[in-house]
Amino acid sequence: RLALPFQMSAALKEGRVTPTELCQRCLALIRSTRFLNAYITVAEETAFKQAEESEKRYKRGQPLGELDGIPIAVKDNFNTAGIETTCASNMLKGYISPYNATVVQKLLDQGAVLLGKTNLDEFAMGSGSTDGVFGPVRNPWSYSRQYKEKCVPKSDSEPENSNWVITGGSSGGSAAAVSAFTCFAALGSDTGGSTRNPAAHCGVVGLKPTYGLISRHGLIPLVNSMDVPGILTRCVDDAAVVLGSLAGHDPKDSTTVQDIFQPFALPSLTDVSKLSIGIPKEYHVPGLSSEILAVWSKAADLFKNAGAKVIEVSLPHTCYSIVCYHVLCTAEVASNMARFDGLEYGHRSDMNESTESMYAATRREGFSDVVRGRILSGNYFLLKQNYEDYFVKAQKVRRLIANDFVKVFGSGIDVLLTPTTLSDAIPYMEFIKEDNRTRSTQDDILTQAANMAGLPAVSIPTALSQRGLPIGLQFIGRSFQEKQLLTVAKWFEKQVKFPVIQLEEVKKWDDGVLQHQKSASFS
Amino acid sequence: AAARGCGGVWRRVLRRGPGGPRSVSRLWRAVACSARGGAVPAGHSGLAPWVPVVGLEIHAQISSNSKLFSGSKVQFAAPPNSLVSFFDASLPGTLPVLNKRCVEAAVMTGLALNCTINKKSLFDRKHYFYADLPAGYQITQQRVPIAVNGSLSYSLCIDNKMSQMVTKTVRIKQIQLEQDSGKSLHDDARSQTLVDLNRAGVGLMEVVMEPDMCCGEEAAAAVRELQLILQTLGSSQAIMAEGQLRVDANVSVHHPGEPYGVRTEVKNINSVRFLAKAVDYEIQRQIKELENGGTVLNETRAFDSKLGCTVPMRDKEGKQDYRFMPEPNLPPLILYDAKSLPANVNHQQVVNIDWIHERLPDLPSVRRAKLVELYGILPEHSFTLVNEDGLTDFFEDVVKQTQMKPKKVIGWILSDLLSHLKQHSLTAKESPISAFLLADLLNLLEKGEISSSAAKQVFEELWKGEGKTPLEIVKEKQLELIQDQEELEQICQAVIDEREKEVIMAVLG
Repeated sequence: RLALPFQMSAALKEGRVTPTELCQRCLALIRSTRFLNAYITVAEETAFKQAEESEKRYKRGQPLGELDGIPIAVKDNFNTAGIETTCASNMLKGYISPYNATVVQKLLDQGAVLLGKTNLDEFAMGSGSTDGVFGPVRNPWSYSRQYKEKCVPKSDSEPENSNWVITGGSSGGSAAAVSAFTCFAALGSDTGGSTRNPAAHCGVVGLKPTYGLISRHGLIPLVNSMDVPGILTRCVDDAAVVLGSLAGHDPKDSTTVQDIFQPFALPSLTDVSKLSIGIPKEYHVPGLSSEILAVWSKAADLFKNAGAKVIEVSLPHTCYSIVCYHVLCTAEVASNMARFDGLEYGHRSDMNESTESMYAATRREGFSDVVRGRILSGNYFLLKQNYEDYFVKAQKVRRLIANDFVKVFGSGIDVLLTPTTLSDAIPYMEFIKEDNRTRSTQDDILTQAANMAGLPAVSIPTALSQRGLPIGLQFIGRSFQEKQLLTVAKWFEKQVKFPVIQLEEVKKWDDGVLQHQKSASFS
Repeated sequence: AAARGCGGVWRRVLRRGPGGPRSVSRLWRAVACSARGGAVPAGHSGLAPWVPVVGLEIHAQISSNSKLFSGSKVQFAAPPNSLVSFFDASLPGTLPVLNKRCVEAAVMTGLALNCTINKKSLFDRKHYFYADLPAGYQITQQRVPIAVNGSLSYSLCIDNKMSQMVTKTVRIKQIQLEQDSGKSLHDDARSQTLVDLNRAGVGLMEVVMEPDMCCGEEAAAAVRELQLILQTLGSSQAIMAEGQLRVDANVSVHHPGEPYGVRTEVKNINSVRFLAKAVDYEIQRQIKELENGGTVLNETRAFDSKLGCTVPMRDKEGKQDYRFMPEPNLPPLILYDAKSLPANVNHQQVVNIDWIHERLPDLPSVRRAKLVELYGILPEHSFTLVNEDGLTDFFEDVVKQTQMKPKKVIGWILSDLLSHLKQHSLTAKESPISAFLLADLLNLLEKGEISSSAAKQVFEELWKGEGKTPLEIVKEKQLELIQDQEELEQICQAVIDEREKEVIMAVLG
């Protein structure tokens, strides 16, 4: 069995592996899985330097904590000083930020080794990680033995050229990077499901914390009122460790809560009989695959059989959520994208007949159709004559959606259990038959209500589909009750025994280093 | 055809060319000031008079060490782009963090202007593309501003006579906190625009005055009073020449009993004097336009101080939809008072309205009343003392150091000192004659050691600032009054002796 990332921390402490070794292994894996297109930028040199520094600390016996020497990756919409930050857009190609996002700084301060920046949909607008200027991300499971055995026709000699499946998005690069063992944890962002959706498709844990718990300073915004930095790891315990290292008030982000956050280690639940698990009936949506539905029911039974109360609940405004999300999202996008005018940074068109013509050409050249489409509709919703009919109404509906959750949690429900996605990952060739807007509308449907309400939610890899692809289920918790949420998720994770991906590339490079700690305990 | 100002009547003879539909010279009159929208007698011609309506939007730069939402320093005339944080340049991913000092300045100003302070106010984004607005939007308070429903009393003299002062009140609609923009410098020769972001993000208070004024002089007097209040509070330095106080005037004219006319907005006014001129010019222009059968366009016009007129601003053409939206990165601004202040709260992190209220300094109106009461000077004199920078302090310093009655001192301050200061464009603090020296001089006069005309001579000498004391000058110029009776008799006898003829004529009558 392959090592869980922070078991690695114990291995580092015991000197069984050194940070530079670990870093080299990961960099080698990144190279050999280059075809996944998970990374936009690989920061080999700085990563190696950071690993060397970490190694010195371990030699002195003074590591900075559980994250010291742990290789991580960061979605390319977080600012990283000295390393290109592109948002997978022509607008920011070549842009090197002068500062680190607070979350990046926190990881570095705790000794993490930043390997590189991961691929995404342009400005995180999408649900496939297929719509960035650097091309689509390929799901590592497309190349797994599990998928190949079940899905690839024997006659096809080069299956990956036609049958590879998407990662989901928009944090597909981060999900793929974690899934393919190229790093131990990755940061994504989650506005409508962008962390949980690819986590489900790539068979990793994807945590969207409560809005306001983690600083957004340095995260290039999609929708400020819903964006949350997301955490992708291979197990729930790891997500808790990363959460503990990131959470807390940031004076640079006025929307973070002032309360002091106490990092926690997750207890191993033995008794779930006191838990109330809510099953929101509205999540049984048209288009939900029978396979997912079956996994969802099975999971509910799992809790029931272990003694938990499993109760069907209603979140009556769920069906209005996606259209309301569309209005609020595009409105904020229109506003947030206004700064990309070619003057201070980023792409600038050669057009110089007038300032206005330069703006227009810059934005036409710098943004994709998807981004421009959202800007256009957002500006339409914000027009004086439309504001009341669209934006204000959407805000009111958002409040109703949030109140739905308040009521359900008020009735004694501890966590909600829902599917994360409608189906397992679909092949790229099929995915691109529909446009970005249609796909986003379909794919965010089960995830974005948590963003509307600001609630913590986590997707847990649960089972493999008939095609040998991961299926994830989502737990939604009470505001700022991450510990409870993750404790339940950890219990669930233990029960389902989700299989490890079997990748040729990983095997090739993993001569024991990544694979020896069946017995190693969590540090 | 110049406006004479408030309280007067606007007259202008329009001569039209022959062949026009109404080719007669005629007289019209506009009645202003005293008649906001009320019944106004018609002019000689029998035509309805015009009622001008003036409202003001005033942007006051907040006097603070750092900007409204970033830690960059605020400083006038610093090297271009030397005071720009990542947030000010709107680098992606940066977020606004509200400066408490700016909030306090706005609360102070709101209280001083008798406003209701909103315990909860909100920030909004106002979108437009402009080179000196890096984010593509300005953070302002469109929906719920920090202060509303106030009033400002100001006084002005009728027909330029200090003795006829009237006090008026203009309603304050609201005060909102917002960001200043950067500055664009257009280099037409090289057809390029240079952008300086030092000012971008500096805190502004926008004070919106209801259209309760009706001429340039009223507008100027209201702004002058506001300026004094801001300076007294220290919430803004309010120096118009440095752009810390920027006034836009909304001007329209209509006939009494009719709805307000189409208004224009006049910008680019950089002194109180020009404000009066710009408003009066614009009123006249609109009346002329309407009298000529034309229409007033809802447009933005710039005041050209060299030509003394307003001209349409080309880059403000066309209607803008600002697509206002709540600023999602700032929680609602919550203010407390003694009642609502939660226990165990960190006082560094909250703004307490009552605490600020208790510490408000004396406002100019109170200072004037106190001066009148304390020194027995005329109300109009108190205006001059308070309205001139540093003059009250100077006056009080002199009074403290002299036996001369304040009522007499004020004459020296206002007619001698102030006229000299004005002539040399100096403030009281920059006066070459210190309060101590002036008091010294006035003491000599009060003790009868010199005559009033000699005192004026000494004053002139002192103004040169050569470091001599009044007494030294008196000695040097032999200006003392002679106290010895015998000596005086001798002098008189000598004069009489020299002019025997005139003496005889005088005696004979």
